[in-house]
Formats: sequence, C-alpha cells, structure tokens
Amino acid sequence: MIRSSEPVRVDLKVVAELVHQGARVLDVGCGEGELLEYLAEERGVDGRGIEISQAGVNACVARGLSVIQGDADRDLGYYPDLAFDYAILSQTIQATHAPKHVLGELLRIGNKAIVSFPNFGHWDVRMRLLFGGRMPVSEKLPYSWHDTPNIHFCTIRDFVSLCDEIGARVEKAVALNGSGARVPFNMPWSWWNLFGQQAVFLLSRKE
Amino acid sequence: MTSPLAAGDLDATERLRRAEADQPSSPVARFGADEPLLLDSGAVLAPWQIAYTTDGTLNADRSNAVLVCHALTGDQYVTTPNPVTGKPGWWTRMVGPGRPVDTDRFFVICANVLGGCLGTTGPASTDPQTGAPYALNLPMITIPDMVRAQAMLIDRLGIDTLFCVVGGSMGGMQVLEWAASYGPRVFSAVPIATGARHSSQNIAFHEVGRQAVMADPDWCGGRYLAEGRNPKKGLAVARMAAHITYMSDQSLHSKFGRNLQDRDKVTFGFEADFQIESYLRHQGMSFVDRFDANSYLYVTRAMDYFDIAARHGDVLARAFRHTRTRFCVVSFTSDWLFPTAESKAVVHALSAAGANVSFVEIDSPKGHDAFLLEEPEMFATVRGFLMGAARARGIPGPAEIAEAPALQRAGA
Repeated sequence: MIRSSEPVRVDLKVVAELVHQGARVLDVGCGEGELLEYLAEERGVDGRGIEISQAGVNACVARGLSVIQGDADRDLGYYPDLAFDYAILSQTIQATHAPKHVLGELLRIGNKAIVSFPNFGHWDVRMRLLFGGRMPVSEKLPYSWHDTPNIHFCTIRDFVSLCDEIGARVEKAVALNGSGARVPFNMPWSWWNLFGQQAVFLLSRKE
Repeated sequence: MTSPLAAGDLDATERLRRAEADQPSSPVARFGADEPLLLDSGAVLAPWQIAYTTDGTLNADRSNAVLVCHALTGDQYVTTPNPVTGKPGWWTRMVGPGRPVDTDRFFVICANVLGGCLGTTGPASTDPQTGAPYALNLPMITIPDMVRAQAMLIDRLGIDTLFCVVGGSMGGMQVLEWAASYGPRVFSAVPIATGARHSSQNIAFHEVGRQAVMADPDWCGGRYLAEGRNPKKGLAVARMAAHITYMSDQSLHSKFGRNLQDRDKVTFGFEADFQIESYLRHQGMSFVDRFDANSYLYVTRAMDYFDIAARHGDVLARAFRHTRTRFCVVSFTSDWLFPTAESKAVVHALSAAGANVSFVEIDSPKGHDAFLLEEPEMFATVRGFLMGAARARGIPGPAEIAEAPALQRAGA
C-alpha cells in the first residue's frame, strides 16, 4: 500500500490534479490500485478499476477497491455512455491492441479522458535507437522487444495526431522529463516530444 | 394419518433428522395464518416457519448484520455443529472470530432455506392440514421464494438493512436475488461461484439426480415418510452424480488417479475397485442420513427455475438498475458447474447498470467446491472487500470495538 509517508509517483500527482473532488472515476489498467487509492485519499473519488492480471485485481480488492478483472480492448463496451466523470488510462495505452478504439471508448464512457503514457520520442529513446541500433531497454522501459506487454508505443506527436483523428480535444497536457519535473508548458510540441519522458493528457470530445 | 416411524429400519441419525424438520435444535421463527408466505407459483404458505442460527452481536444501530446463504445441501449451522451429523459448521473457514466474515465485528444470520429439511418449512415438515408430512403436497419453491422468506425473518429480527449478503453456489443465487429484489436493504453482496441463471447443463445434471430418486421403489411416489421408508439408494446415486460436478477433472485425478481401493488388482466384478468409486459411494451413503429426498427434489427444482434476466426482458442489467449495493463477485478457474463466464455475465450486467462491482477469478484446481475449501486468495478478497465496505458503512473494526469498553471504564 502507498502510505502518505512514501513518495508518491509524480505521474499519479499530475493525474490527481486533473480530477475534481468527489468525481466518478474509471481507471482502465489499474494495476495494483496505486492511482485509485491515491485518488480516493486525495480527491475523495468514487473509483472503479479494470485490470487484466489476476494478481493485480486480487491486490486491489483486498485493499478495498472496486476492481474487476477485464481487458481494455474487450470489456469497455459493457459500460454505458457517460458512466464516469473521468475515464483514465494510466501507462496502459501502449499495451492495448487497438489504442484508437480504446481511446474512443474512454471518451464515450467518461465525460473526460485522462491518458498518461511513456513518450517514445524522448531524446534518450532516440539516442539508443540512433547509436545503439537496438530497441531501447531502460529503467522506464524495462522489457525486451520480444517479451513485452508494450505493443503500441507512440510519441507525444503521434498521440496528438491520433486525438485529432478521433475528434478528441486536448484540454490540458503535461510532459514530465526524466527527473520527473514538468517540461515548461510554453514550449512547442517538438520540444515536449524531445524532452518529455512521460506525458499526461486531459481530453474531451469535440462537439 | 399417522406415520409408523417407529419401524425399526430407521437408524438413529435418520430419526434425529426427521425430528429436526418440525422442531429444530436451532432458533426458529414461526409465522401464523396472518403472515402467509406468497409463493411464485401462486400458492400461499401458512402457517410456515424458518429455522436459523446467529453468531456475533447486533450493534446498537443494527447496521452490522450479515446474512449467509447456504448451498443446495447446506443448512443453517454455518459456525455451529450440525445436530444430526455432529460435524462442525460448514463454513467455519470463512465465518467466525477473526475470519473474513468476522463474528467479532458482524452479526451473522444463516437460515435453512425454504424447501429444506432442518427446520424451515419443506416437504418433510408436517402439513397442518393433514397432520402428515407435506411430501409432494408442498407447493413448488423458487429461489425468490427462499429470499422472500429470509426477508420476513430479517423483518422479524428487527433488521432493516443487511450490511452484507454472502453465499456460494445456490447461496450465491440467493445473494443475487436479494440484490435484485431488495436492493435498498442490501449494502453489500458477495456472490461466489454462482450465476444469475441455471444453465442447461446444470438442469440436466439435476434431472439425472431427481430421476434417480424417483426411480427408487422406496420413494413411494414421494410418500416414503408416511410409509416409514427412505429412498436411500436413489438419493445416494443423485448425490454421487452431483458430487462429480462439484470437483474438477484435475482434482479427481490428483486425489484418486486410477488408484485401486484396498487391493492390488481389479476384481473383474462390479465392486468398488477404484478409490474414486469407493469415495463416491461413501459420499452418497453419508448424504442420505442427513438429507431428505423430497427436499432434494424441491431445492434442485428451485435452482433450475432460477433466471433473473428472464423476469427483466432478458436484460440482466435491468434487474440491477439504480442499485447502490456494492458487489464482490468471485469465481474459480476450474469450476465447470458455474464457470467464470457466468460470473462475468453478472459483472458485465452490473457494470452496465453503473453498479459498484469488484470481480476476482481465483486460480484453483478444486472445482466448484473450492468456495467451501481452504482458498487463501478467496479469503483475502472477501476480507478486503468487507473491510472496505465496513469502512464505508461506518462499522467499527475489531480493534475499535475492543477499545470502546476500555474507554467507558476509564470514564466511569
């Protein structure tokens, strides 16, 4: 469990800042429930989760969270339109089979969607590919290419153009550099794409 | 009509069980002609009675009551010994002091189901019209009927809202029925190894069991109690067939394999050569002493008729519309009687209804019976879920309860 004395992952904090007090939240790919628990403590949300691994689900339910075992690609269709204030996809989009479909579902189920992901356009990734000539393996991206749940990496620019394609409006975006600090918001996308190691987007539907 | 029960072929256990049908060892709530039970079949049952046990202490604001619903051949003796068999309560792993359903914290109620044979009105009970056992004159019972009877018991106990309704298999059906029909009275619900309907395959197995009972000449068209007989062979065969469905191929294989029973080679006869045969025969024979054959017919029929969605235009989600109950659905990987797909159908319906639902599939080789056995993951899940729900309900934890008297003493 995350106790208040332990340092909280900075991306959880960023997500929490985007969520209003007492919101109804669905966390898709909620892992062991760190984010849901943090949001419940910090924002008093009414939170639900979907997690694909049994170990993750069991851990969540055992800590009192409402989580079902399920698959982002298949099980979002069971939720009615606008069932939640926020549908969150935290560090999970790169592991889905159909990111475009999942993103569309998030914006159907949630009034707003929050998506955080590792940016494959980060300079460190580019350097490893350019000079190492191999798929990058690092602390943040620890898997080998042949044995990884991450099948659909994208860059911040890729993500922004996908949002455009499906008619999602970017309401807010935050990029975090390698040491967890925010990349200044007045920089152009190309700058974010180079220096943001992680990105967090708040999206809504274009009317 | 008087029954020649004194006939010497009834053993002590069976006599004990027959006495329990009208005069149970446990507490019993009796409802007179002014409080009839309306049944789904259209029949009206009055007078009628429901036998139950309680464990733990009801708190001052009556918010900590947990109803445990038993399965097909279970009974109200969830934590205390069964008076017929003398065996310990059937779910002491789950319910008790410090257990996931913690009797230091919750007030646990468990009632014998309608149609059962240990003190709640069932086919073995005496029909007040005739003075003889109901036998097949008892109207057909359904799962909603069982739950209606429980709701009247809960009323009688002065409890408005149950903190939780929990049960496995047929007990889980009752849990779902409670949530669908009495949603506002159910704060949380834990349906385990169950489904919102009985599948065709399950009905098929039940029909085999019923036909086995009815094929036994001692069944006497259902009048065996009045005739001083007992269709033991038929009921034992029914139990043997059912018992196979409670296990898994894997658990049978690892427990018995093709091992022979007390012999080195097969006998070229029809004795119980294999351990599995001997085991099933034992399961069958020990069951007939503690269970009434007509009860088995009625209660299996109730399960067959169960289909929540059918009452809601075949859309299960409609049964749970606007529900505020918190659900924790549990299934087991090797359960082929109520496979995970059945639980998932419930979970998807609850999600579609916007319900607060958790769902865990426990990895276990033990088959359907896993819910009654030692399954640490299941205990951790139920414990965690109930702790979260108790927090939301404002029920103090055991530590806080322990502190409270100390504070009073300090203040006095």
